[in-house]
Amino acid sequence: MTRKMDNTTRYERLRERYMNGDLDRRSFLGLIGAAGLAYGVQTPFARFAHAQGVKQVRFDGWGGVVSEAFREYAFDPYAEATGIEVVDGTFGGGDEYLSRVKASQEGEYNIAHLSGVFDYARYHNLGLSTVLNEDNIPNLQYVIPKLVDVFRGVTDGKLSCVPYDYGTTGIAYNRKHISDDEAREKGAKLLIDEAYQGKIAGWSDWRTRLWYAALQTGQDPNNIEDIDAAWDAVRTHRDLSLKYWGSGAELMSLLAEEEVYVTEGWSGRIYALQDQGHDMGYIDPPNGMGWQECLFVIKGSPMEACEELLNFMLAPETSIAVAEGQNYPPALDPQKVDLGDKIPTLPAFDPTGTLEGLTFADPAYWNGNEQEWSKTFGRVQKGY
Amino acid sequence: MSVEAREARQPWILLSPALTAVALLLFVPLLFIMIYSFWLRTATGADQVGFFLDNWQEALTDAFYRDILLNTLKIAAITTVVCAVMGYPAAYFIARSKGNKGILLLLLMLPFWISYIIRTMSWINILGVSGAFNSALMALGIVSEPIQMLYNETTVILGLVHFLLPFMVLNVFVSLDGIDTNLEDAANSLGATRWQAFMQVTLPLSLPGLAAGGLLCFVLGAGTYITPLVLGGPTDAMFANLVFEAIITQLNWPLGSALSLMLLVVLGALVLIYNRYLGMAQLMKGLG
Repeated sequence: MTRKMDNTTRYERLRERYMNGDLDRRSFLGLIGAAGLAYGVQTPFARFAHAQGVKQVRFDGWGGVVSEAFREYAFDPYAEATGIEVVDGTFGGGDEYLSRVKASQEGEYNIAHLSGVFDYARYHNLGLSTVLNEDNIPNLQYVIPKLVDVFRGVTDGKLSCVPYDYGTTGIAYNRKHISDDEAREKGAKLLIDEAYQGKIAGWSDWRTRLWYAALQTGQDPNNIEDIDAAWDAVRTHRDLSLKYWGSGAELMSLLAEEEVYVTEGWSGRIYALQDQGHDMGYIDPPNGMGWQECLFVIKGSPMEACEELLNFMLAPETSIAVAEGQNYPPALDPQKVDLGDKIPTLPAFDPTGTLEGLTFADPAYWNGNEQEWSKTFGRVQKGY
Repeated sequence: MSVEAREARQPWILLSPALTAVALLLFVPLLFIMIYSFWLRTATGADQVGFFLDNWQEALTDAFYRDILLNTLKIAAITTVVCAVMGYPAAYFIARSKGNKGILLLLLMLPFWISYIIRTMSWINILGVSGAFNSALMALGIVSEPIQMLYNETTVILGLVHFLLPFMVLNVFVSLDGIDTNLEDAANSLGATRWQAFMQVTLPLSLPGLAAGGLLCFVLGAGTYITPLVLGGPTDAMFANLVFEAIITQLNWPLGSALSLMLLVVLGALVLIYNRYLGMAQLMKGLG
């Protein structure tokens, strides 16, 4: 019987022969060079051979407590059950991640924790979507139907992802300086209140800036008719702001250190601040910005392995643990699954499972204007 | 093969690994960027392959890019001058110190052991509303309310000076260290005051080091995007931030490529002018 030798053993034996004097230096270097050349030539084609037997699946998400929860409740049990390892990567933002995927080889990235239907549509339009076999994801039955239907609308009734959680981008304020009554009364206009000049911040995301500008100018965020008025509101906010923040950590730092008193913020992050003892208020103004996150399977991925992993991740115990870690309600329907004690206390949680109170971005509308508005915001942001 | 032919080949053989690395890691990617700059970004974010001059036309004719480029060069120039003013005395002190030169140089290199991003972010804990500086001012009763010091152009320059100062000091030090101190003594013995000896002997001889440090500070300062991102306010963007936004936020790789090449050409021209008048030898000494 012959034992299968791996490359490391093969090179060690070669090196041993050279060290023993059985092989001259020229031959040794020649063989090493030939091995390197052979590896270089075969590597681009190796993924076709690897596809025969999936050994690992790559997952990319937001890191931190969410990753830890995924590791404990989904990745490790999945690896134990299937023998397939989950390689856990992180990213700082959806735009940055899309650039990485665009620059990668097909199959290099598999599942991503994407934000919003907007990103789902972008990935689909770039030809990066797949078609999931929903029979392999029985836990999909527990998900709020409205969340699933939005994605189906983008991809002709099929799914390239499963919804995972939802939240809002509302107005966060320091109660030491701004009362709940004042926040409720002023709503979105609190972010352009001259009384707080230099103590206002905002996310450097063009969609959020325009969404709130629409609210500040009394317009429907999914149908902005006077775009010039909206840009003027973005400029007003810019001139009153101390800083645009670029990450959740920066948002929390600006509020916790009292560099700013008011900004829009992500519901889960503000809950985390409140949990740490900071006296923060949080409101969703009328037509406030609702969003959902999903687990998206990228083109070129091993589908069955990914579908099985999605099923592990959608299992109620995993979803609830992750939701409690990141402070965003899970996509699970509270009418079908008992979500425990903490989740009903999270901001944006809807006990009815209908999500009627949240306004989501219309992906067709926002994607249709993305090229022009993202560019214009780049200029407005810099003082133009 | 003759001895002459072998000797002529030898430098190329020795240089070949480095030349291969430069070709593969610098020139080939640059070529890709050049090709990309002639493509177009479609409405969906996908790239349209072809030969289009739209990105170049936009980059070269749009006043927005010109203004940000000029502002970037202004910030880099101010940073360079501040580094020169602060760095020269420090380099002089190190070069003329006896016995502890090694320790001082080690101290100068210490900041490089910590990530540039971490060093930049440390200013938030120093100058922030609840940072060390404000806390000290309030504890001493100098101010009753914290002063807003962060997130403006001044803090961007401060962050850049913090990052670039060691490059200036090292270059000036190398230059000063190579000057024979007997020259100053000779000037003094001929009746020059210490200040005159410095101004007429030491300073002119150390100018190549100052210029090399200045070039490094300017080029590195003009190419940064982290510092304005962390320490700048809403309108404090530099040209590299535009490249970042075009490529990452707008997924417009073709325009981002044109903008990055534009910055490269401007800074490359500066290096060429430096090389024409001062040569690269001093810069290499400083970097070494």
